[in-house]
Amino acid sequence: MRHIISVLMENEPGALSRVVGLFSQRNFNIESLTVAPTEDSTLSRLTVTTIGSDRVIEQITKQLNKLIDVVKVVDLTEGDHIERELMMIKLKATGQMRAEIKRTADIFRGQIIDVTPNTYTVQLTGASDKLDAFIQTLGTTNIMEVVRTGVSGLSRGEKVLSL
Amino acid sequence: MEQLSGAQMVIRALRDEGVKHIYGYPGGALLHIYDALFQQEEVQHVLVRHEQAATHMADAYARATGKAGVALVTSGPGATNAITGIATAYMDSIPMVVITGQVMSFLIGEDAFQETDMIGVSRPVVKHSFSVQNPEDIPSIIKKAFHIAESGRPGPVVVDIPKDMTNPTDRFNYEYPKSIKLRSYNPVSRGHSGQIKKAIDMVLDARRPVIYAGGGVIMGDASTELTELAKLLNAPVTNTLMGLGGYPGTDRQFIGMLGMHGSYEANMAMHHADLILAVGARFDDRVTNGVDKFCPTAKIIHVDIDPASISKTIQADVPIVGPAKHVLQEMVGLVKESKKQPVKEAIDSWWQQIEEWRARHGGRYRTDDSDKMKPQQVIEMLSKVTKGDAYVCSDVGQHQMFAAQYYKFNKPNRWINSGGLGTMGFGLPAAMGVKMNFPDEEVVCVTGEGSIQMNIQELSTISQYNIPVKVICLNNQSLGMVRQWQDMNYESRHSQSYMESLPDFVKLAEAYGHVGMKVEKYEDLEAAMTEAFSLKDRMVFMDISVDPFEHVYPMQVPRGSMRDMWLSKTERT
Repeated sequence: MRHIISVLMENEPGALSRVVGLFSQRNFNIESLTVAPTEDSTLSRLTVTTIGSDRVIEQITKQLNKLIDVVKVVDLTEGDHIERELMMIKLKATGQMRAEIKRTADIFRGQIIDVTPNTYTVQLTGASDKLDAFIQTLGTTNIMEVVRTGVSGLSRGEKVLSL
Repeated sequence: MEQLSGAQMVIRALRDEGVKHIYGYPGGALLHIYDALFQQEEVQHVLVRHEQAATHMADAYARATGKAGVALVTSGPGATNAITGIATAYMDSIPMVVITGQVMSFLIGEDAFQETDMIGVSRPVVKHSFSVQNPEDIPSIIKKAFHIAESGRPGPVVVDIPKDMTNPTDRFNYEYPKSIKLRSYNPVSRGHSGQIKKAIDMVLDARRPVIYAGGGVIMGDASTELTELAKLLNAPVTNTLMGLGGYPGTDRQFIGMLGMHGSYEANMAMHHADLILAVGARFDDRVTNGVDKFCPTAKIIHVDIDPASISKTIQADVPIVGPAKHVLQEMVGLVKESKKQPVKEAIDSWWQQIEEWRARHGGRYRTDDSDKMKPQQVIEMLSKVTKGDAYVCSDVGQHQMFAAQYYKFNKPNRWINSGGLGTMGFGLPAAMGVKMNFPDEEVVCVTGEGSIQMNIQELSTISQYNIPVKVICLNNQSLGMVRQWQDMNYESRHSQSYMESLPDFVKLAEAYGHVGMKVEKYEDLEAAMTEAFSLKDRMVFMDISVDPFEHVYPMQVPRGSMRDMWLSKTERT
């Protein structure tokens, strides 16, 4: 099953490599990974999506917690949560396709953020499956380039991951 | 406040941490530190002949005392040579601080001479690592390194110091912190009382309990508490390879080591148990055999300081995260207070069963199938001559298993071996590290002619510092454990498992200024060994010829249950 694991960790050199190294060392899988400092510049927030059985996920959270740089770990998928991913997608946009891409982007609430005579670049935000759906709808023939940030997420309501 | 250079701060911080000996090897990146070392006398440096030995010496000191050992190695090859020793300590959860030199900070990343990314290379085998970015941070980093290495589940910590951080002309205020707090690291100090109560309730209901205790009892200084609990419960105790000595080896309730080469009675008892109380053990693959067939009728209580060890391979029914000493103390208190007592008739009949198993196979080996001496006989003699009271530092292979099976350890911290990583070459430097810190104790290295040659150069260090350890080399002229597997699984095709061109170990020992002895007949063994141990201030190398065809038994059948064992070359359960 797919899990979104959020990690609050010291914003120290080498901290990220310890997390990434842990995943490869213990044969855990990484679907996506995002990391950036928080409002407190001494802390980084890392979000990793991974797929594994309950036992594997338990080991992942325990092993992450063991890392000295890691302050807190939470499996967001255990409770209600919000997830978002941002995608920028560059598309061939000529002839009839120009209007078609614009319509589809509107349906998905995407924005066209760069335009040339032959291309559109669409920015789209949402859960990962929404971004997948957009790609599927347009078909791969028009796609020139895709870049995705990976998933970020947090718990709904009052629950927070902080010191 | 005192003004010290970075180099001086390194040495001073070690002194203030109470470090007496450090083990190391100098090099370009460490010259400032070695110069600071030269100008003081409180911290003694031991010059090894290979950095791997420095780490094993520091590691063995930690295994014998519970305090972190310290190794000092230079950048590049010095650091990479230390990796095997760091990994050895990591796998067995041994506290160690390894200080590595690094090229000057402005050269990092430029493939400078003797540059290695030590933080990167060591990352998978350290508990944590630090790279010094400012010389002022050296005291607090060293304090943190010791704190992390020794607390919680112990482990090795690397401190990487670029040469310019130790520059003798740059001076800084020095103050060694008394204590340190890390917001991201708070190891548990006690177990959950509710869980402990629940566990004891189950233990007192058990009809066929087994206490399965590992290295956590040794490093957690919980041997007394374990013994007290076992006595109160009249429960059988088995130790893992790492846990030997955690419970007195000659006590009636001790049923031997368990696992791949565990005793018949220990493995049988585990398989038939209805309750297993695991303390400071991690259900390693060399213990469980096939996990799907592991102890089918047992409820499992798992006490460990590391939550990640619990339910990693075997699901625990009652997990208890906490230090072994505290949890066992609380358990002892609960049993004493409890109105409920162990089910006497059930425990009595359980013991009857265990005694039957013990009588059937316990500790047997054949001496009539060869005219050569048996390695088991040598270990039994060693146990006799040293009265079961020596520090036994082992290498890795058949001799290690024979030592684990036939030396009766009555005290903790006396059996010192590389259990997790299985590092050949560990034994001799380990014995040196122990002997330097316990000069009045008997310290033995049990080894084979394969393992000993992996760090044989340390015979030179032994000469320099006069470290009178005794080497018991079980010479079977082959890599015995490899050969055993080849005999059992590869129709005796002995691919690369025999040792040709062995040196004359007696002459070799003598060349380094030591005493060499060769023993070929069992009749001569006792006299020779007694003589060796009577030479208190000499290092003695005993080269003992043993039966090259001997196998270690029992041996679990791969992927079977705990009770599926070969008991001899012809006999299976």
